[in-house]
Formats: sequence, C-alpha cells, structure tokens
Amino acid sequence: MEIAVIDYKGGNVQSVMFALERLGCQPTLTADPEVIRRADKVIFPGEGEAASAMRELRAQGLDKVLPTLPQPFLGVCLGMQLLGTHSEENDATMLGILPFEVKRFPKLPEYKVPHMGWNTLQRLRSPLFAGLGAEDYVYFVHSYYAPVGDYTIAEAEYPTPFSAAVQHKNFYAVQFHTEKSGPVGTRILENFLQL
Amino acid sequence: MLTKRIIPCLDVKDGRTVKGVRFEGLRDAGDPVALASRYAREGADELVFLDITATNQKRATLVALVRDVARELDIPFTVGGGIGTVADVEALLMNGADKVSINSAALHRPELIDELARRFGSQCIVVAADARFHEPEGWQIYTRAGTHNTGRDAVQWCREAAERGAGEILLTSMSNDGTKDGFALDITGAVSRAVSVPVVASGGAGSKQHFTEVFQTAHADAGLAASIFHFGEIGIRELKEHLRQDGIPVRL
Repeated sequence: MEIAVIDYKGGNVQSVMFALERLGCQPTLTADPEVIRRADKVIFPGEGEAASAMRELRAQGLDKVLPTLPQPFLGVCLGMQLLGTHSEENDATMLGILPFEVKRFPKLPEYKVPHMGWNTLQRLRSPLFAGLGAEDYVYFVHSYYAPVGDYTIAEAEYPTPFSAAVQHKNFYAVQFHTEKSGPVGTRILENFLQL
Repeated sequence: MLTKRIIPCLDVKDGRTVKGVRFEGLRDAGDPVALASRYAREGADELVFLDITATNQKRATLVALVRDVARELDIPFTVGGGIGTVADVEALLMNGADKVSINSAALHRPELIDELARRFGSQCIVVAADARFHEPEGWQIYTRAGTHNTGRDAVQWCREAAERGAGEILLTSMSNDGTKDGFALDITGAVSRAVSVPVVASGGAGSKQHFTEVFQTAHADAGLAASIFHFGEIGIRELKEHLRQDGIPVRL
C-alpha cells in the first residue's frame, strides 16, 4: 500500500512516519502533487500555527491539490483544523473542505489552555473507531478546536463538547495525536488503513 | 474527562540512562529506549528525558537518542537539558521529540521563548523552572543546573514564561527534590493559579499520597518523578489506581 504523508514543514511529521513504520508500512514523506495523487492513502499531519501552515501549503500549491483528492485522507491535529474554513488563530483562511470554523478555547478557571493530555472520546460514529469505547483515552494537545456539527464523528469534552474527529466523504480527520496515543491510537491508524 | 498525567523522568548522558535504574527483568537499564518502552507499557502518560551530557557531541548524541526513542515510543515525550538555540529545538522536534524544555537559556534571554513559540507553536515549548525557598525572599529561580540564584521570584518568572508563549511549565522545587517528603504544594499551587497553561510538578515525590496532594491541593496538571519509579518503589499502575480511588481522573 502506498501511503503519502504530506510534508509542508508543519512540525513533527517524524512521529507519524515512525507510527506507520511500526505498523509495517513504508510511508513516503512528500509535497509532490503527483506522488500524493497516486497514493492509496494520504495522511496530513500538522503542528504549529494555522496561518503559517496555510502560507506553506499555498507556496507549494497544495491548497489546490488537497481538496481534489479522491482516496481516504486522514488529517491529524492541525491537519484536521486546516480542513475547516477559518481559524481564530491569526485570522487564517483555510482549505474549506469541511464547513467548520476553528475557535480558541475560552479562558475558564480550572481549564488550562492548551488542552494537553489524555482524554476520552464520546459518541463515536465511524468505522475509524471500530473496536474502541468510552474507556479508551487518546492524547490531545491544542489551544483551538472545531465545534460539534453534522461532520463530527467523535466528541471530547473540555469542558463543553468539541469535535475530536470529523469526516466529509473521503476526508477523515482527528484532533488528537493518533501516533502518540498508545495502543488506542495504533488501532485508529490501523482502522484508517483498512478503509 | 481530561486526566492528570504521571511522568517518569529519565536522566541521560552520552545517549545512556544514568542514575542507577533498578528494574527487574530489564536486561539493560542503561538503554533509554528499553526503559521508555517499559514505562509506556506500564501506563506512563508521558516521559521526560533530561540530557546531562556536557561534551561537544552533545547535540548529535541527543538527536540520535530522540530518533531512537521516537521510533519505538507511542506516547509523547519531552526533551530538556542545556538546550539553548532555535536550531537545537528544531533538530529535536524534526527528529520526533514532541516537546522541548528550555531552562537557563530562557532566563538568560527570555525573548527566546517568544521566538520558539512563534516558530514551532506553544504546544511544544516547555519552560522548566527550578525554584528554591529562601527566608525571607520566598521562592526564587535558579539556573545552571541549580547552582546559580537569579534572584527572580518564581511565580513572576513562570507567569512571564507563559505570557511569552510557553505551552507548559515544568516546576521543580529544589528544596524538595530528593527528600521524598512530598511536592512543594505552596509554590506549585501559586504557579498553577498564576498561569493559564498546564503545570507539571516535580521534586519530592516519595509516596502515592504525595501525588494525590499535588493534584488535589496544588492543582498540578501532571506529576513528575524519577527515583521512586526507577527503583520500583511505586509502580505506575498502582499509583494510578490509588489516584482513581481518591477521585482523581487518570488514564488506566
């Protein structure tokens, strides 16, 4: 199976590569539209800041390529947020593959920002989460979130519910770090590879 | 519900784990990758690697270690110890570190925190602060592995670090470190109230109850310890079961 991991200088992509290698895959780290189009699966990792990530995607022409991809696609963390229309993080205009607007967590006593650590998933509704339940934890680290909507396929709470995962057609995305979520995260990656 | 995190800390030198680690059934306790994997399997939520290498090869050996750890480990880890430049941080993050902690370099030039947060995002920049209690000044910040008193107030420095873009504060009480008498609840609580980012408490853990206290009384977001885990005095799973019985949310 050809797996393309999109390389747009968006931070720690190495962990995603290693996680796929642990599953016996040989992913290709690439920004080449032809390699990406040809792949059986596409993974869109991301860390860092939305506006500069979008600048990098535009500079490489990937903002035009990604929305046209037909194969199973998995955005991770910032790679999920970038699929929305707009982010409060430096007023970024994003890919618009999904209709959500990304907001910053409000300042509340007892709720530190970033939302950092292990949290459970609720209302799972996707084959991406086959075999998982309410007692399974995944690792989050983010200061911005996508609200719950029709596109939400899993929720988490901090303290109000937000989108832990979203989907539109072949575009799947998770806010947490599958590659850093222990055996639970590994299961989710395996589920994605079987889509 | 977001859980409180338990974080074993591993000291490494020249790519090897130091401080006599005694682990039954672990063939090479000096191998950081083997030790890290073992902690991950036992239920550690994150790991911290503190590099105390003082040679010219420091950067290369640390990058190699990070790569080896990231290849194996499926939980997040932070790397710290003598990291001072944007290039250092970039090399560690690009090779698989999830977070990088800076300490003396941030005190020497606080703008470094802003630069790192802008470049890489706050989520991966940890400011490690070493504090010691003095009469009558109160808690003050030390640098250079705890040898030099900056005269800076601990709460003020942590607040400044968070405002400049640190995504997490790793607060070590040097007054408590090694005592096994418990975490410094007063300064941990004061810092936790003063900043809006997560606070990791370090220094003084000697019992399971100490973790309950640091979460319940001082509102720490995570508790870090080294020797009690390395010497098998407290197992991570039994610690988490204890915390759950005390009503503290943990990942089990």
